[in-house]
Amino acid sequence: MSTSIDFLLWVRGPGFDIALFIFVVGVLIRLLEVLILGRKPDYSEPRGAELGAGLLTLVTRTAPEGGSFKRSPFTVVGGYIWHIGFLVSLFLFVPHIELIDSVLGIRWPGIASNLVDAIAAVTIVTLVAMLFSRLTHPVKRFLSGPEDYLTWVVTFLPMLTGYLAYHRMIDPYPLVLGLHILSVELLMVLFPFTKLMHAFTFIIARWYNGAMAGRRGVQS
Amino acid sequence: MADDRKKLSMTLGESLRQQGVSRRGFLKYCAATASMMALPPTMVPAIAQALEKAKRPSVIWLSFQECTGCTESLTRSHSPSVENLIFDHISLDYHHTLQVASGDAAEAAREAAMHENEGKYIVVVDGSIPLANPGYSSIAGISNLQMLEETVAGAAAVVAVGSCAAFGGLPHANPNPTGAVSVGEIVKDKPVVNVSGCPPIPTVITGVLAHFLTFGSLPELDALGRPMVFFGQSIHDRCYRRPFYDKGLFAETFDDEGARKGWCLFRLGCKGPMTYNACATAKWNQGTSWPVESGHGCLGCSEPDFWDAGGFYNALSIPDSDLTRKTGYVVGAGVALGAAAGALNRSTRAKAAAKHETVTIDDLDKKS
Ligand code: SF4
Ligand code: SF4
Repeated sequence: MSTSIDFLLWVRGPGFDIALFIFVVGVLIRLLEVLILGRKPDYSEPRGAELGAGLLTLVTRTAPEGGSFKRSPFTVVGGYIWHIGFLVSLFLFVPHIELIDSVLGIRWPGIASNLVDAIAAVTIVTLVAMLFSRLTHPVKRFLSGPEDYLTWVVTFLPMLTGYLAYHRMIDPYPLVLGLHILSVELLMVLFPFTKLMHAFTFIIARWYNGAMAGRRGVQS
Repeated sequence: MADDRKKLSMTLGESLRQQGVSRRGFLKYCAATASMMALPPTMVPAIAQALEKAKRPSVIWLSFQECTGCTESLTRSHSPSVENLIFDHISLDYHHTLQVASGDAAEAAREAAMHENEGKYIVVVDGSIPLANPGYSSIAGISNLQMLEETVAGAAAVVAVGSCAAFGGLPHANPNPTGAVSVGEIVKDKPVVNVSGCPPIPTVITGVLAHFLTFGSLPELDALGRPMVFFGQSIHDRCYRRPFYDKGLFAETFDDEGARKGWCLFRLGCKGPMTYNACATAKWNQGTSWPVESGHGCLGCSEPDFWDAGGFYNALSIPDSDLTRKTGYVVGAGVALGAAAGALNRSTRAKAAAKHETVTIDDLDKKS
């Protein structure tokens, strides 16, 4: 008998195994590829410390930057909203914390489910608006390739299905919960092989930029 | 036997009156049944009239691979309420646990009931049917499969009571050594209603029979063959702890302060969000309480394969996965492959550097 429960059991069982395997192995390969490549030895005399400057840049490059805000406020604000909304939904919703605890053995307090819900709703709307702007703005449209749309879809689907599942908007519930988990698995599978990797590599890149500048004694 | 025949020809109304059930008690039952079946109050007289006139239908109850929990549930139902009397007033012509007769006499009763009520009797089944080897479960030398097929042949409808009969239940749990299947996988040419639950709620069993007696048909079913009226809503939708779920207030242990304040049991493994059953509204033990009210999460007992749906105390969002236990190996594999890829990249870079010819300003001058 093939039921929505069978589907849910598959995505929670073998499906999750496959996705987690591809995700972990893929991310490690990509990161080690970058890290092992290393940097050329710099024989110049250091004029400053690398560590502090690297860490500082991690923070400064994450904070909004005046110039680009003035040029395209929508992109900047929208970008912040949906990134933060996504991270809040992912890491502060109690059922997700249970999942992370079961895989990694670490946990932290969550926030009220209906607050996550409200934030998720704003995130979904923002993601749609961002896509709309990408499709209508001539420059953004020109710069966008298939991968940009693909990564949008696989980021959007977990948010949408999560919202539908929370509000039990598709019957029966095991089906919509299964679809939510499946959409996350899709994200996990594509993650290491697309620009989604920036979720990890941004740390390396920002630290590297800052550390280089720090060594030379200039502001990054 | 003659007495039995007389009883059989009595209508349900006559029979109830003979048992001393008051008109008021009977109407109360009809009203409760109507509300449980989500019918408007205006339907109550119609139900009463139909039940009053209904002849006691013959019911043959077959028990296969089961634990008798479903029968236990039924016999402990609200007795001595009208629901129970309804059950007393069908003609339960065959039921291992409840009948007095045994051996040949019992089998003879089943055959007699089948012949006398050809095309009209209801077959109730609890337990799953083993297909791997008939020897796993047989009655009077007849395999479960054979008994089901021959009994169902002349039935009006089949009611699969309990999750074993409805979905295979515990015998069907991984790795299913007996090759257990549900009734619905065998019976294809007769209407089958699944009254799932481990055990099912007694009033739901009697409610389905009352529906059959009232309307002469089976109630509307969901995708899993369960009556919508009882299984149309999830435990979570009707749970009185739901406001706490929405506010993000979860009990962390079974006796912490949150648990005592009635906070949501999701973190303690409650499967209420994925479970469709009437527990939260019909409740158990004469409407006294139900599992979530008494402080234990829902196990999801009315859903297929609930035995295989991960640990009863694992939150619903936790993957039922082996890999999480083998994360170490996965990380090891990733590191090894990553290191190999990194080394390859380095050697590619070294080779490129070695092949690189240095260009001087003079060379460039010459070219221009
Ligand atoms: S206790 Fe279970 S059914 Fe009730 S709200 Fe919490 S998760 Fe839902
Ligand atoms: S609360 Fe859940 S596990 Fe308990 S009887 Fe009801 S459906 Fe079954």
